[in-house]
Amino acid sequence: MSYDLRRRLWAALLILGFFAAWEILCLVLQVSDLVLPRPTQVFATLAARFGILWPHVMQTLWTTMIGFVLGVTVGVVIGAAIGVSRTAYDTVYPLLIGFSSIPKVAVVPIFVLWFGSGATPAILTALAMCFFPIVVNIATGLATTEPELEDVLKSLGASRLDILWNVGLPRTMPFFFASLKIAVTFAFVGSVLSETVASNKGIGNVMMTASSNFDVPLVFAGLFLLAALGILLYVAFSLVEARVTGWATRRQGFASA
Amino acid sequence: MFPTQAIQQGHPSIASSIAVELSQAAVSFGKPGKTVAALQETSLRIAAGEFVALVGPSGCGKSTILRLTAGLLNPTRGAVIVGGREVGAKALRIGMAFQNPTMLPWLTIERNVMLPLKIVRPFRSGYRAKRRTEFRDRVHALLADVGLDKFANHYPWQLSGGMLQRANLCRALIHEPSLLLLDEPFGALDQFTREELWGTMQSLWLKRKPTVLLITHDLKEAGFLASRICVMSARPGRIIDDSAVDFPRPRTIDMTFDADFVALNQRLRDLIIDARSDAAIQGA
Repeated sequence: MSYDLRRRLWAALLILGFFAAWEILCLVLQVSDLVLPRPTQVFATLAARFGILWPHVMQTLWTTMIGFVLGVTVGVVIGAAIGVSRTAYDTVYPLLIGFSSIPKVAVVPIFVLWFGSGATPAILTALAMCFFPIVVNIATGLATTEPELEDVLKSLGASRLDILWNVGLPRTMPFFFASLKIAVTFAFVGSVLSETVASNKGIGNVMMTASSNFDVPLVFAGLFLLAALGILLYVAFSLVEARVTGWATRRQGFASA
Repeated sequence: MFPTQAIQQGHPSIASSIAVELSQAAVSFGKPGKTVAALQETSLRIAAGEFVALVGPSGCGKSTILRLTAGLLNPTRGAVIVGGREVGAKALRIGMAFQNPTMLPWLTIERNVMLPLKIVRPFRSGYRAKRRTEFRDRVHALLADVGLDKFANHYPWQLSGGMLQRANLCRALIHEPSLLLLDEPFGALDQFTREELWGTMQSLWLKRKPTVLLITHDLKEAGFLASRICVMSARPGRIIDDSAVDFPRPRTIDMTFDADFVALNQRLRDLIIDARSDAAIQGA
């Protein structure tokens, strides 16, 4: 059996084992489904109420994606600016760190105050959550260009834009995609957070309503859906990453060849 | 194919012209009143087509001279004139290679070598105007000269250190620079690969005759490659010895064991050791 296959098998076994242990422990210790429903109950709820849950899934998904796309745009622009210019780095960075240290839960009520409840605060919270890792990664990627290479290019008469385009941006791509995977999960946290506080739609709202009705299996069904969406987007970005920045990881595969 | 060479052959007056001139150029760093001198007033003239090696104790300002010549650094005092113009004013046609080959990992060797053509005028307009096939032929011809023609479509991580350094030399030469600046390009290689690359460097130079300024710690390398060797004192540096090297070309590794060559080596070595101990006494 190849190493790769064995690794995947172990990963699958761990997940199955986790659910099995959960199920068995709940049965043995006779845990009430008001406290912790068994996985089988959660999956049964998911299947039974899928028709009702689906619009909420779509709501969370699109607010997350819009917030994510906006967050990536903002992140790339700011990251490129502070990665290229020392002045921009010195002036903008302290403010950014201050902003990113604010717990985003505290910002949601302000967004609600300004824009009302619903999709807008969810999008904005997703944006606020996800842009910072992108800024940091883009800036780091650009700032770590080898000085010798910069000298070579400058002596050829290259402008800063030439260097950014031919060297800076391509070498930042691995950092960028690594940050995308983090950012997309953060964007989820942001939109669900906002839905929990102020919305009548979305998985976050479903979970809030369900918990106030003591419909605990439905709360867990919401959790499972969020996990599934998170994994889906993570995998999607990993695939894009592998295609675009294969040069950064291919080294391992070819080392022995 | 190489217009600079054609001009040099046709007009001997231009061929013997001065390619690089440092006149009383000095560099110091730091704030006014608290400066650290990196280079004392230094004058150096390099004729077009000359191969000059710069040797000296480490930290003596060799790289400072190179950066001055490349226009990456402005002299605190004095002037640096390259190709008849003061540097810094306008982009020059210079090729540079460092110890670290800095090949871009996401491009093949061919495209790495082609990079200067994307940037340097007048090639960059040609690059946009789809003259790429012509450029590719040119890259392949150059890669063939250094024995890398089979590796044009390989990625940098598939090549050994010596091969990467060959590619680095190609990248420094692809835009036909009239001035080539080399900062210890063979410093990180093992002895046998290094000696092999001296041969490659020599034949590239004999074929194209660019003006070369080579910085090196290796006195044997300086003697093998250069037509002139300048020795620098310890920091803040200045040139303390300037001598022509007229062993016949093409030179061979066997030649480096001749008595004349060994004597030259010995003399350079003594100069540098003296320069180092002088600095130690001054420092104490």
